[in-house]
Amino acid sequence: MSSPSIVSNGGASGSAQAPRRTIDVVNASLKRRHAQERRFRFLGAIAVLLGLLFVAILFIDIVVKGHTAFRQTYIHVPVDFDAVTLDPTGERDPQTLANADYAGLIKASMRKLFPDITDRRELRELYALVSVGAAQELQRMVLAHPSVVGTTRDIWVLAGADVDMLMKGHIDRDLPESDRRIKDSSLALLDRMIADGRIEKRLNWGFLTNGTSREPEMAGIAGALMGSFYTLTLTLLFSFPIGVGAALYLEEFAAKNRWTDLIEVNINNLAAVPSIVFGLLGLAVFINVFGVPRSTPLVGALVLTLMTLPTIIIASRAALKSVPPSIREAALGVGASPLQTQFHHVLPLAMPGMLTGTIIGMAQALGETAPLLMIGMIAFIVDIPNGFTDAATVLPVQIFLWADSPERGFVERTSAAIMVLLGFLLLMNLVAILLRRRFERRW
Amino acid sequence: MNTLANEIVRDTGAITAAELAKGGTFSGTVGTITVAEPRMVCREVNVWYGDKHAIKDVSLDIGKNEVVSMIGPSGCGKSTFLRCLNRMNDTVPGARVTGSIKLDGQDIYDKGLDPVPLRAQVGMVFQKPNPFPKSIYENIAYGPRIHGLTNSKAELDALVEDSLRKAGLWKEVSDRLDQPGTGLSGGQQQRLCIARTIAVSPEVILMDEPCSALDPIATAVIEELIDELRENYSIAIVTHSMQQAARVSQRTAYFHLGDLVEVGETDQVFTNPRHKLTEDYITGRFG
Repeated sequence: MSSPSIVSNGGASGSAQAPRRTIDVVNASLKRRHAQERRFRFLGAIAVLLGLLFVAILFIDIVVKGHTAFRQTYIHVPVDFDAVTLDPTGERDPQTLANADYAGLIKASMRKLFPDITDRRELRELYALVSVGAAQELQRMVLAHPSVVGTTRDIWVLAGADVDMLMKGHIDRDLPESDRRIKDSSLALLDRMIADGRIEKRLNWGFLTNGTSREPEMAGIAGALMGSFYTLTLTLLFSFPIGVGAALYLEEFAAKNRWTDLIEVNINNLAAVPSIVFGLLGLAVFINVFGVPRSTPLVGALVLTLMTLPTIIIASRAALKSVPPSIREAALGVGASPLQTQFHHVLPLAMPGMLTGTIIGMAQALGETAPLLMIGMIAFIVDIPNGFTDAATVLPVQIFLWADSPERGFVERTSAAIMVLLGFLLLMNLVAILLRRRFERRW
Repeated sequence: MNTLANEIVRDTGAITAAELAKGGTFSGTVGTITVAEPRMVCREVNVWYGDKHAIKDVSLDIGKNEVVSMIGPSGCGKSTFLRCLNRMNDTVPGARVTGSIKLDGQDIYDKGLDPVPLRAQVGMVFQKPNPFPKSIYENIAYGPRIHGLTNSKAELDALVEDSLRKAGLWKEVSDRLDQPGTGLSGGQQQRLCIARTIAVSPEVILMDEPCSALDPIATAVIEELIDELRENYSIAIVTHSMQQAARVSQRTAYFHLGDLVEVGETDQVFTNPRHKLTEDYITGRFG
């Protein structure tokens, strides 16, 4: 039983021992190897396509939802700036003008448009077509140009949020009246005004120049935009010099021992600490111990600096490492001091890499929400900040707040705010890339 | 006592095998380590890189207006020794130097001595040409500028021109001083580096295999230059090419595994080596 198997084995091995040329072995495996490569390429291409698809869907969704926020519905109303109501004393005193009843002015003008309406309930519906912001607009107008008092002007006043939503097609006319935010009677009034050409969607500069508001039609992004601008400017001013200095010291000057190893490990770990922890630290240290004012770009920047520093330090150290040592030797060889060597020769060569790390860190900081919640930058702040110590909020927090609001009008504004945030990011990166180009030496 | 002493092949009388065996003046070195007019005097220099004993009791003088070449197989410590002469080893972590190295009587490893002015006095040219990524003019002007050697733009211009002339590069680059130094050919770059070293008017120039990255024609130009520079400077050159050592140097030192085995007039070392190791190396039996 065993002997035949031995014989057959012997025969098999005998034939296998016949000289096999290397090229045959290679050819035999070639097909499998090529197939492997094809599979990998295919998977890679699929991954890239899927990624692009999702990015495209994201952008299309944002733009489709958000572009309508850049146009706003206005109602054309002839407003009689009645001198008796606005300025009974006739002195054009700014104080008197500021305190005048502009809401009444709007109401009177609306009544004049529809003299046939007398019913109180219907009048209320009529007044509701105009935004409460319209009165403020009139006030601003009168204060800026007191000469309008006593004249009648045709003015495009801001329509209410519901009118705006209806005009943008977000309210379905075919729904039963009880399910609709605009009643049939208001709808009839609106249709009359549309027929008269008194309703129009116009470019919404208010979105870019106003602070936020409880009323979606008045809410603008300017407050958050300026808040982000101040916060990031300060963050850059704090984190870039500190980060580059720390990297330079650790990489080039500090003794290499257990302590610097420990510091390096900790810096790497800090880059992975959840950002909300930095917010807690900012609250406990900057606000409670040092008394930095709450909700300000200053304290926000301090917290974001802590958060971005590890990124900048790690990138800067890598950039310093990639500078060829021959440059250092050359500078030391002609008698440059170590500091001169670093600042005259090594830093300029490492600068592009350092700027790349800074771009990444700043982009992170721009999109950060969690730590800022802890230091009060989530507060509802209407005024546009004018400095580093004014209460402010930032773009991502504003987006979060708007996304959380129940009013239909905030949906488009949330998307539009995301577009503004992305635009801000693009602008920031563009500046950084241009800067890097300047520093990059092509020799 | 000295195992190296047993290998002496020729007893010329300067230092005899018998003297060395008794525990001679210096570690195993055969030949005359001193010169009449020394610029740098090194005595019993030891270098450790961490635990590695890279240089063992090396003593050597570098004379005025002479070229000393250092030869030996790779890893023998000749570059390490050269880098001790302007304290370039300070930048290597874990490097430790003992013994005394004096430049014009001043110990350069003195605790209070600042290596920055030392490196202006003892300039260095490296193996790979390493011009700064700046213009040709800036490459030369950098050293004088940081040391404050010139008082006006005109003086600096003159110094740049003078340095480039001495390095034999002026004719080739005078019309493109604002071009990047890294755009020159390898040989030109190395001469630019020499000009950069000369610009701070050092007393000693160290050259660490300056021609190893160059073609024979560029090498010949540099060798000619070294011979001219000898009139004004002391030069120590590390080289792998024995022909080059024979061509450019007056004295030759042969290093082997951290020991300075033999020093002598270049002619004598190459035609009449006294130590077995030297003889084996220059006749090409190893290395």
